[in-house]
Amino acid sequence: MGQKTEEALVGLDGLKLGRREFGGLGMGVAAAAATLGTASLVSRAARAAGDKIKVGILHSLSGTMAISEAPLKDVMLMLIDQQNKTMGGVMGKELVPVVVDPASNWPLFAEKAHELLSVEKVAAIFGCWTSVSRKSVLPVFEQLNGILYYPVQYEGQECSRNVFYTGAAPNQQAIPAVDYLMNQVGVKRWVLAGTDYVYPRTTNKILEAYLKQKGVNSADIMINYTPFGYSNWQSIIAEIKSFGSAGKKTAVVSTINGDANVPFYKELGNQGIKATDIPVVAFSVGEQELAGIDTAPLVGQLAAWNYFESVDTPANKKFIADFKAFVKNDKRVTNDPMEAHYIGFNMWVKAVEKAGTTDPTSVIDAMIGVAHPNLTGDFATMMPNHHLSKPVLIGEVQANGQFSVVYQTPGLVVAQPWSPYLPESKNLIGDWLPPMSCGNYDVVAGRCLGRTQKS
Amino acid sequence: MTEGNRGKGRRLGRLLLLCLGFALFRPAPAAAADPFAGLASPDFSRIEQAVEALAASGNPRAAALIDALAANRLYTWRWPRPDNGLFIKEPDGGFVAARTGEKIATPPFPVIRPVIVNDMVRSAIEAARGMLDLLSPALAVRGKAAEALFEAADPASLKLIDVALARERNPGVRRLLLEAQAAARLNSAATSIAERIAAVKVVAGRGDLPARALLASLGSAPSPVARAAAAAVHQIDRTLALWNVLETVYYGISLGSVLLLAAAGLAITFGVMGVINMAHGEIVMVGAYTTLVVQQVVAATFPAFSNESLILSIPAAFLVAGLLGIVIEQTLIRFLYGRPLETLLATWGLSLVLIQTVRSIFGPTNQDVSSPAWMSGAVHLGGLTLTLNRLWIIAFTIATLALLMAVLSHTRLGLSMRAVTQNRRMAAAMGIRTPLVDALTFGLGCGIAGIAGVALSQIDNVSPNLGQSYIIDSFLVVVFGGVGNLWGAVVAALILGIVNMVLEPIAGAVLGKIAVLVLLILFIQRRPRGLFPVRGRAVEA
Repeated sequence: MGQKTEEALVGLDGLKLGRREFGGLGMGVAAAAATLGTASLVSRAARAAGDKIKVGILHSLSGTMAISEAPLKDVMLMLIDQQNKTMGGVMGKELVPVVVDPASNWPLFAEKAHELLSVEKVAAIFGCWTSVSRKSVLPVFEQLNGILYYPVQYEGQECSRNVFYTGAAPNQQAIPAVDYLMNQVGVKRWVLAGTDYVYPRTTNKILEAYLKQKGVNSADIMINYTPFGYSNWQSIIAEIKSFGSAGKKTAVVSTINGDANVPFYKELGNQGIKATDIPVVAFSVGEQELAGIDTAPLVGQLAAWNYFESVDTPANKKFIADFKAFVKNDKRVTNDPMEAHYIGFNMWVKAVEKAGTTDPTSVIDAMIGVAHPNLTGDFATMMPNHHLSKPVLIGEVQANGQFSVVYQTPGLVVAQPWSPYLPESKNLIGDWLPPMSCGNYDVVAGRCLGRTQKS
Repeated sequence: MTEGNRGKGRRLGRLLLLCLGFALFRPAPAAAADPFAGLASPDFSRIEQAVEALAASGNPRAAALIDALAANRLYTWRWPRPDNGLFIKEPDGGFVAARTGEKIATPPFPVIRPVIVNDMVRSAIEAARGMLDLLSPALAVRGKAAEALFEAADPASLKLIDVALARERNPGVRRLLLEAQAAARLNSAATSIAERIAAVKVVAGRGDLPARALLASLGSAPSPVARAAAAAVHQIDRTLALWNVLETVYYGISLGSVLLLAAAGLAITFGVMGVINMAHGEIVMVGAYTTLVVQQVVAATFPAFSNESLILSIPAAFLVAGLLGIVIEQTLIRFLYGRPLETLLATWGLSLVLIQTVRSIFGPTNQDVSSPAWMSGAVHLGGLTLTLNRLWIIAFTIATLALLMAVLSHTRLGLSMRAVTQNRRMAAAMGIRTPLVDALTFGLGCGIAGIAGVALSQIDNVSPNLGQSYIIDSFLVVVFGGVGNLWGAVVAALILGIVNMVLEPIAGAVLGKIAVLVLLILFIQRRPRGLFPVRGRAVEA
């Protein structure tokens, strides 16, 4: 790209940004940012002027998602506690956690985020689990210029300046898992089974496009959706069984979420389908979900994550021991989103120290390029698209509720938030470094789509 | 049935051949390669080959090694070394050298890692263990091995099948072996076209899914064979379509029985007494948690009987839920008779209290209620696969309902209940203590709900939210069937179950449910009193 076009791009982009800020942030803030930059910086500094920095934790502690989200609150409290005890906080200031309970209620997530940013004036927020809760808080963060660390694998097709996605994008979980089944297990026929909401639907759309590109016939793909908490699996399992009897190796790619998984695996076991007949690879079943259920019918089934509790590294051993000691319960487990928070929190600390302030604009810029060791070895780096580079692990369920790793990507996988397999996003990239500074840049049209294309 | 199975069976065939070869000719042991070496490799396909080689090698340590591998007790150097060291972790925590079985004094723990097993290796292990099965004295084991050979359909196993056929006396296993022979001939280039077409007929005679899978994979065979196979697949599909109808009906009955069980208690409290009990689902949940507690107590005190703890849970859940019901009636509901709106609100509040109480005591996570062995697995009936847990629940529902009807129509308590609900003042005038009967009726309804919790703990998650997923369905069944009519509830539950299961494959689970609800709303608009309205004076009371 020539010098001239690049300049033109900056100009265009800057104009767009200006307009967006104007509309989105409201006149006062935009004016302050534009003309009274120093004054606003001073007021921001004054916010953190005491000897304390507030950190928001936005995870459901009640309702249906409490099972998954409540442990993440414990991890955050532990990380903040460790930071205060060992390093004396950040920049000599003590960190204070502010915990709120959005109660698995999506609109309440937005309200609580608003409260944390505008009333509590927290420096950063660690939170959300379901994609619908993230979509609900997104406008709040963009309007108030907050920072959200989102720790869960998700469906991609999003790249906000105010969010750091520390979980996996589809190409860091779903695609490698399908590759493993295709190349190592020799699967030719695919069942894409999911719970009926945005994450499974988008992921399956991407996977379907990917499989077709790999030469799989649409007759060899079966897609099935079920409601949350579904328990009457018998006819669907029977359907999968007859789908699997076409003389080709069949596998199930499961984006089934939450409670529905236990009856699903039980029914598989009862109908006599073993992992060696029709393997199931799941994207939402981790150590936390297996805790407290009878794992006998699940042994040998697969899951794809970027972290497993069973990975044997000194850093992971210490993390597990620390967590068990902190919650004073030897039976608690660690899982992938916990590692994501561990990495995200440490990166935030580094970025604040690098920027020398907790001012969101400076911290967001400082975040890019920050690296921190994964618990499973190697380094995670925050890329300009606000996603991490991650190793992808495929594990098989063991009788003790843990996973044994059967496959690992040779190196780290860099996230592609915009799926190259879907026509509407194949030309898009996210890059929050200047001169691009855009979450959805269309490389063919050569322009930033701005807010219009956020799905 | 699938390639995984076929791969397993093919390996089995190969191993058996090797084994027979060894048995017949007793060759000198292969001196060249170390059969153990591949196990120390990080590459799954080499581990798999090593397992096969080891099983065929006749090495006396093979069995111990393969068992250790299957149990994740086999260890090797963390970083490869030329000696490909292998160690077995003993149950006492010590280590022995895998090749010799000698004890190792100082465990090399920090520098070793477990040998990891994946599905591929696991099927090789299964095949290796199953190698001797075809010659096993146990009938069932031989049958299973023959079945695996059928699914493998490997021409290499033809000789082996001949040997086994010559020895086999049991007609059932003989038939399986003949089918396996036919399956192996399908893919054999050495077999004549006529013989292969005959084999297609034998395989097609089974008429089940594995046979269909086998025949469907014959597309690239010589055209007369492929034509015969295609015709056979078509024939099987027609038969299977018939079985499918039966299967759908069975699934419908099974879903209906779950709905009925959940609704039976409500049919008493709401149907007979007219109390809108929004906490009904939570009483079911209390029953499920009672099952959990009983299971834990039995496992802690009499571990030998843990398989039977479920039977003990039934009376326990009935008593706990029934007593809870009586307490609720005495402290809450009896002050609200004749005020349906207040009852609805009060019981809804009560349901929240119960959910939060259980969450505080047992935590928000799912609890592990394991299924006893006699409730796991399935029976095969023609082309049907009937899962045992669902069969038991159907039987259990019938038994519960029969008992409930017997109580209502043949006991003094039942007579009083019907009298009080039909005409309270007249019953009181006849000397029936109506407050006591009210409390007992409500207790009975809640007790039945508790029993439903025992059954639901076997097919659903035991969590504080268990009841919420059943409360709406329960009300639907009772209202659809006609308030106050137990038989109406039976018919309604079966209709709802079957319609749901018929719609599900056509419209998907989500749309199917919506369609059922829309149909129900239309029906209730036409007939607000349900399928079987109760006529007579009771309605006016």
